[in-house]
Amino acid sequence: MSSRRRVSSLFARGEPMVWLTGAALVVCLLMIAGLLTIVIYNGASTFWPKPLTQLTTHHGKTYLGEESQNEDYNPATAAVADWVPAKKRPAPEASVRRRMYRTGNYEVFNTHFTWLSDYEIAEEFEPRWGIVVERQEWGRFYGKPHAFHVDGKPVANEPAAVWARFEELHESVRARREAAGELNDNDLNDHENDARLERTSARLKDGADSDEWREADKVLQSVRKRAEEERIAIRRKTQAMQAENDRYELIVMMADGETKALKLADIVRAYLPNQLSLGEKWGVYLSRWGEFLSDNPREANSEGGVFPAIFGTIIMTLIMSILVVPFGVLAALYLREYAKQGTLVSIVRIAVNNLAGVPSIVFGVFGLGFFCYFVGVGIDDLLFPARVAENTPTFGKGGILWASLTLALLTLPVVIMATEEAISAVPHSMREGSYACGASKWQTIRKIVLPRAAPGIMTGMILAIARGAGEVAPLMLVGAVKLAPDLPMDGSFPFVHPERSFMHLGFHIYDLGFQSPNSKAAEPMVFTTTMLLIGIVVLLNLVALWVRARLRRQFEAG
Amino acid sequence: MLQQKTIQPEIDMITHQEDRLGGVFDAVKRDDTFPTAVHDALHQEDAVIEVNDFDLWYGAKRALYSVSLVVPRRKVTALIGPSGCGKSTLLRSVNRMNDLISTVRIKGDMVLNGDSIYDPGTDVIELRKRIGMVFQKPNPFPMSIRENVVYSLRIDGVRDRGVLEEVCEQSLRAVGLWDEVHDRLEDSALRLSGGQQQRLCIARAIAGEPEVMLLDEPCSALDPIATQRIEDLIHELQGRYSILMVTHNMQQASRASDYTAFMYLGRLVEFGPTEEIFLKPHLKETEDYVTGRFG
Ligand SMILES: Nc1ncnc2c1ncn2[C@@H]1O[C@H](COP(=O)(O)OP(=O)(O)OP(=O)(O)O)[C@@H](O)[C@H]1O
Ligand SMILES: [Mg+2]
Repeated sequence: MSSRRRVSSLFARGEPMVWLTGAALVVCLLMIAGLLTIVIYNGASTFWPKPLTQLTTHHGKTYLGEESQNEDYNPATAAVADWVPAKKRPAPEASVRRRMYRTGNYEVFNTHFTWLSDYEIAEEFEPRWGIVVERQEWGRFYGKPHAFHVDGKPVANEPAAVWARFEELHESVRARREAAGELNDNDLNDHENDARLERTSARLKDGADSDEWREADKVLQSVRKRAEEERIAIRRKTQAMQAENDRYELIVMMADGETKALKLADIVRAYLPNQLSLGEKWGVYLSRWGEFLSDNPREANSEGGVFPAIFGTIIMTLIMSILVVPFGVLAALYLREYAKQGTLVSIVRIAVNNLAGVPSIVFGVFGLGFFCYFVGVGIDDLLFPARVAENTPTFGKGGILWASLTLALLTLPVVIMATEEAISAVPHSMREGSYACGASKWQTIRKIVLPRAAPGIMTGMILAIARGAGEVAPLMLVGAVKLAPDLPMDGSFPFVHPERSFMHLGFHIYDLGFQSPNSKAAEPMVFTTTMLLIGIVVLLNLVALWVRARLRRQFEAG
Repeated sequence: MLQQKTIQPEIDMITHQEDRLGGVFDAVKRDDTFPTAVHDALHQEDAVIEVNDFDLWYGAKRALYSVSLVVPRRKVTALIGPSGCGKSTLLRSVNRMNDLISTVRIKGDMVLNGDSIYDPGTDVIELRKRIGMVFQKPNPFPMSIRENVVYSLRIDGVRDRGVLEEVCEQSLRAVGLWDEVHDRLEDSALRLSGGQQQRLCIARAIAGEPEVMLLDEPCSALDPIATQRIEDLIHELQGRYSILMVTHNMQQASRASDYTAFMYLGRLVEFGPTEEIFLKPHLKETEDYVTGRFG
């Protein structure tokens, strides 16, 4: 009897519910923690220099590479090659380990990776002079320093001497290459474009063959002539620099004994992984991070940096926040403060809330149709008729402004809902006090309601940032591109270019993981980029949280 | 009618206990108005506010029955009466706070220093600037102490720092808060104690230089010591400001007020000098209430 009573009292006290709710939370936390651990572990370890291993199969074939993955599998007996010696052959049901090596040298092997099963390997060691060469193109090259050529003649033959030569010359060669790259003809092209647009305008305004057109044409021809001369001068200079750079070559011997000449100028970074001290490993690691954060991408985005994508993501999120918060707050103010509460307002509120459930790609389609093709084309027709005539839309295509507006629309419900909640949580007594002092409705809103609701509005903004910064699908339609040569903000007049298409980390992840011709090699970059995107969202959120905490402190009693 | 039914049992109970009545319960029973017993002393007073036959309905429910009263200039007038008798309603009608409730309907008028309050041509915002109000629960604004005090100047667009400083100091001195907060005027007002907050709200009302101040149970949310301070303060303000104050506390009314008005179920029953109301009221109902025999 007494034991029965105790069981029922346990239920009455809600003990099982404590466990149930706790378990639900634990499951959620485990999933989040698991996801974050995978992303952070893989993302953070991508750039760590791994040892270089040389492997020889029973067949006598040698490979040199970095281990990038391993797994246990069960090979079909028929798949085991004939040359594997009988005592090494795996039993039919046995599971064996195989490792995937990044063997690089793409132009020679036509693949970046090689799978090797343990039973195939006769010998394996880490060669002291193994070298990893990261190149401008074609990915990594693995081998041993064999010789160093200047003007086609060897000046060093011993690995140590070759390496010393390389270290001595590499930096200056890279600097020269960079200097040559900066001698571009972008300004000339801009001038030429402007002159041509002038001529097109003249044609549109005064007709072809009018005096104005002829005048503009003359200007264009002279600009063209001058540009051509300058281009030749630039080309001469860059060719001279290139010729100087081409004198230096690093000859690398691959595992099979073949050699390959690598131009020094094409080498981004080279290191001897099996000789690195811990400090030097950190040096390589941090230098790779530096490149990742500050450089342009290369090799179809799978190598190099993501700086334009970082820049694009942050700028787009900021523009979005600047657009969505005032809009959402004004809309929420009208709904809560001015509109007569009734059926209509309830319907509007439900409609706004449901807007949050519309698939984001639909917003993308809307943004493309409305912002790019309607508003943008309208702006183009009005302001840039010459460019329209030349079939080069300015605003009438995807761009960072349209993308920000589209995302602002997408996150508007979040801001409206959060603001409405914050406004309605402002104590009625405060409003009454304000009215009793003779304040008008707007004064009460501005001086009492909004400041008091500000932390809640910030919450809405935080949610909007979290939603908007990670969004990819709509961006593909309204301006995010695989590779954007120019940033939406730079040193060329008028410095801010809201019409330019841009790179975005979310889109970059999609592009790397699913659109890349070499997605296996890009995989580690997917993790690193994901980690970076999460980091940026967290950072933006932390800033907003800090602002909110500051706002809140004013209203706290005690 | 509906409201008659709800009050019926109460009246029956009272009538059984007492049979020497002035007729208020009769009026209530008939859902009729009641002529207020006004003491002679009031006829000599100069009125800052005159309420003339004022009626008010919340939707279908009538809350005020033809209330007429004068608020004497530079005196403290206390409104007493059992809960729900319409004290707050009457007070909030003076600065038209009831406009904020959409169901409210009124009849009759009030006059503030010669200007009609309910005339269609009256600007409510201008009217409220001439009346200060302090609420039952302290309601400081979410801003600094200084900004709270000078709020009414801010909304009038006063920018002159000198003026703002001076008004701030004077108002805080008037409520005895200056010594406590003068070194932390930039702090949030929400960090003050309840009693300090209420005095701040009084300072805020004073800063607007009101022609009359409305106090709705200003001490009911405070502890006894803070209550004592506010009562002393009202005492100090006596003679300088015209104050209309709702209170539940008989001692408070008798200590802090010059005149007392007794309300019962929407009617103003008796109105006279506080001493007379408490010691020799004209009506039996008033006597019963002030001596605590009902209410
Ligand atoms: N917003 C409202 N809507 C409907 N009825 C109301 C409203 N406010 C007050 N009332 C009613 O009007 C009557 C008078 O209320 P009022 O608040 O003026 O009473 P009171 O004398 O101030 O009472 P208390 O001493 O409890 O504050 C009460 O019956 C109350 O229920
Ligand atoms: Mg009340």
